[in-house]
Amino acid sequence: MTGPEEQSTTGEVDLEQAPEEETAPQGPSRFEQAMRDVVTGNALVAVLAVFLAVVVGSLMIMFTDDAVRDSASYVFARPQDFFSASWDAISGAYAALFRGSVYNTNADDFATGIRPLTESLKFAGPLIAAGLGVGLAFRAGMFNIGGRGQMLLAGAVSGYVAINAGLPGPLLLVAATVAGMVAGALWAGIAGLLKARTGAHEVIVTIMLNYVGFYLVFFALSRQSLLQTPGSVNPKSLPMPDNAVMPDLLGDRYNLHLGFVLSLVAVAFVWWLLNRSAMGYRFRAVGENPHAARTAGIDVGRTYVTVMLIAGALVGLAGTNQVLGTVPSGVTVDVDAGIGFDAITVALLGRSNPIGIFWAGLLFGGFKAGGFLMQASEGIPVDIVLVIQSLIVLFIAAPPLVRALFRLPSKEAA
Amino acid sequence: MQLALRDITKRFGSLVANDHISLTVEPGEIHCLLGENGAGKSTLMNVLYGLYTADEGSIELDGVEQHFDGPGDAIAAGIGMVHQHFMLVPVFTVAENVMLGNESTGFAGSLDLGAARARVREISERFGFHVDPDAVVEELPVGVQQRVEIIKALSRDARVLVFDEPTAVLTPQETDELMAIMRQLAESGVGIVFITHKLREVRAVADRITVIRLGKVVGEASPTASNNELAALMVGREVELTVQKQPPTLGDEALVVEGLTVVDAAGITQLDGVSFTVRAGEILAVAGVQGNGQTELTEALLGLQDGVRGSARLDGQELVGRSVRKILDAGVGFVPEDRQVDGLVGTFTIAENLMLDRSFGKPFVSTGTVNQSLLRRFAEEKLAEYDVRAPGISTPAGSLSGGNQQKVVVARELSKDLRLLVAAQPTRGVDVGSIEFIHSQIVATRDSGVPVVVVSTELDEVAALADRIMVLYRGKVVGIVPADTPRDVLGLMMAGERPAEEVA
Repeated sequence: MTGPEEQSTTGEVDLEQAPEEETAPQGPSRFEQAMRDVVTGNALVAVLAVFLAVVVGSLMIMFTDDAVRDSASYVFARPQDFFSASWDAISGAYAALFRGSVYNTNADDFATGIRPLTESLKFAGPLIAAGLGVGLAFRAGMFNIGGRGQMLLAGAVSGYVAINAGLPGPLLLVAATVAGMVAGALWAGIAGLLKARTGAHEVIVTIMLNYVGFYLVFFALSRQSLLQTPGSVNPKSLPMPDNAVMPDLLGDRYNLHLGFVLSLVAVAFVWWLLNRSAMGYRFRAVGENPHAARTAGIDVGRTYVTVMLIAGALVGLAGTNQVLGTVPSGVTVDVDAGIGFDAITVALLGRSNPIGIFWAGLLFGGFKAGGFLMQASEGIPVDIVLVIQSLIVLFIAAPPLVRALFRLPSKEAA
Repeated sequence: MQLALRDITKRFGSLVANDHISLTVEPGEIHCLLGENGAGKSTLMNVLYGLYTADEGSIELDGVEQHFDGPGDAIAAGIGMVHQHFMLVPVFTVAENVMLGNESTGFAGSLDLGAARARVREISERFGFHVDPDAVVEELPVGVQQRVEIIKALSRDARVLVFDEPTAVLTPQETDELMAIMRQLAESGVGIVFITHKLREVRAVADRITVIRLGKVVGEASPTASNNELAALMVGREVELTVQKQPPTLGDEALVVEGLTVVDAAGITQLDGVSFTVRAGEILAVAGVQGNGQTELTEALLGLQDGVRGSARLDGQELVGRSVRKILDAGVGFVPEDRQVDGLVGTFTIAENLMLDRSFGKPFVSTGTVNQSLLRRFAEEKLAEYDVRAPGISTPAGSLSGGNQQKVVVARELSKDLRLLVAAQPTRGVDVGSIEFIHSQIVATRDSGVPVVVVSTELDEVAALADRIMVLYRGKVVGIVPADTPRDVLGLMMAGERPAEEVA
């Protein structure tokens, strides 16, 4: 892991390090600088972080496996038992992960074998959409930790519209989707507005709005006049009407639905927004240097509001995706299924870049799909997958650690 | 104590910041280290001070090789540093600051402040500093704060003192006093390294001059060398130090400022009833020591300040109360005083920076999309026109040298249809070669009939550009005087003294 990488990164270091800076720029605070490094760190570190996480995950699989533990008790007597048990545990786990997320090698025909891949894509859809929402906000210098609240609100509102609007044919699906995205946008927009008007830090506001959103949706689900199924005591809504459910892409045999395509459209949209549009240019200017943006006549406060509206709409798409696509059996408070927070990881891993977020979303979708089979067939707790995901974040958050482990040159010159 | 640096080499990746630099400083000698920003002066001093480790070469004191792992080692060996940005704790007294890092303690760890006080008094008497050991540092004038730094270094028995761009924050009078202090220190046997890029100061005080360019020693000069000779050594080519400019062709009164007042969030009046006019085709230079309301003045004109009262009319239109964007769109060009904070987005490419204040419409944006090919063509053109030394238009602006960054800012602001140009510290931290170019561009703008307001703390710059000079002191106008006002009169005005005869 030395050689070419080392050289390429050295080149970057030179450009970034002007060793003779006479005036230290009055840059963002240390916290923001750290977050910036974490979120826009280099691609190599992201890949290495995944690799390291998988290695550490392997160790955990080893230590949680009964056969490995048994053989460990007589490891000095018969070391080969220990190593073969370890190998079985690790290879079995990752083989199951592969069978569960990409291609089931035990299947009789291709159509069945490929089903895990479509499951991965299905899980990836909302992760990508919500990841875009977090990543886009970050590019404008906003930490959107409110994915959960935005998804819940979006899911509840699109569920409400789907159940009550009574529109004919695909119109209902369109109306419910748009309504969900608007709800997500407005919920996130609150944080943008508060930051612009009062300077309230969006991290605190969005986290608190998660709780507010959760209990608001919970309240709606316990009122028959709002979302609760008539005659039921469970906090759950009616199932979605058929014409509000996102159509399957590959027929009834697979669960992959329209939501994935919408997420792909969102990737393309965000890419255009950030790289080609004037609005995205202003987002990035504000995110990189709000002082210079303000001096150049860009209304920084308005930019915060705008970017949060768009980010919220993207996260809202993920919520809609869940309610109208993946779980059309009715709105519950579990709509977000952890996606709101996973989206932060996805945005981190994708370095807040739409293409990167797409790949990171696919990876995490695969983890999600494969984790279930890993537990079912190998008896490995699904939590291992969560551990791996968390380790990825940990390693990305500590680039110096990864650099030291792989002997990459340090970013600090002297 | 003789200090010798031998073949010091320091690399950052593939960049060689110091390339076999050798330098000796004899006791009692003032040795000037002259070079442009980015030439490697500060790197060299950081090596000497133990902040960087040299890749090659050695540091010797009286012929004994030294190894410094940090400033502590350097201080212990007798090297003192007077930093450009003072390393003092503002809320501590002079004595507390002087003992900081070298605290002597008495019973049960209680601080022996008396000893520190005595030390301050002793040094201050020896050199005639007039520093009260019990004064709180933040309440002292900048020039006196600098003396506290000097006392601090001397209190550790420094035999070699390094002054890193010490005059940047001083008034002309304070600068003269500092020169006298340096002389006095040298006479007492201290060796002095004086880092600067100001030619006048070098010639006034140096015993020996070493010129550094691009990390290498390019030559030694004698203090009798002319400004032009020194500048040529520094830049590597002949430099025009005086701005070629014709008498102004004055037009109508274009910018009329009346009673402009800025009260900051803390309720302190930063700008107090400032009134002046600038005519089309005229450069009004605003002189003054840093922090006397210049920043507030320019930001008020640009709509960047809150709490602005009074009026500023450009061609009859009121600017106060309008948004930044409206003011920029009205044809105001602005070169902010801190380009890295307010002027550029460091991570953006040069091309992206060139459209920073025009992201709302023509020429670069149509139907919400940035016209990439137009922007690219524009950027290529400006790169050539303004002689920006960069690998290409996609280079991040933050990786350019100060002078080239400033050229990008100037190119952006001057390529608009201007009705007013406001330039704050247009050449701060800019190399001599680029200063020449930027000055000529500002004069060309004036000659095209645009009113220009230049704010500068450097009297050389004020003298070079001004058609009239306005001096600010504590937020008030001390006076508006002709461009040929003598330096010493300007210097007194900058300290708040009104000139005998005032010219409007």
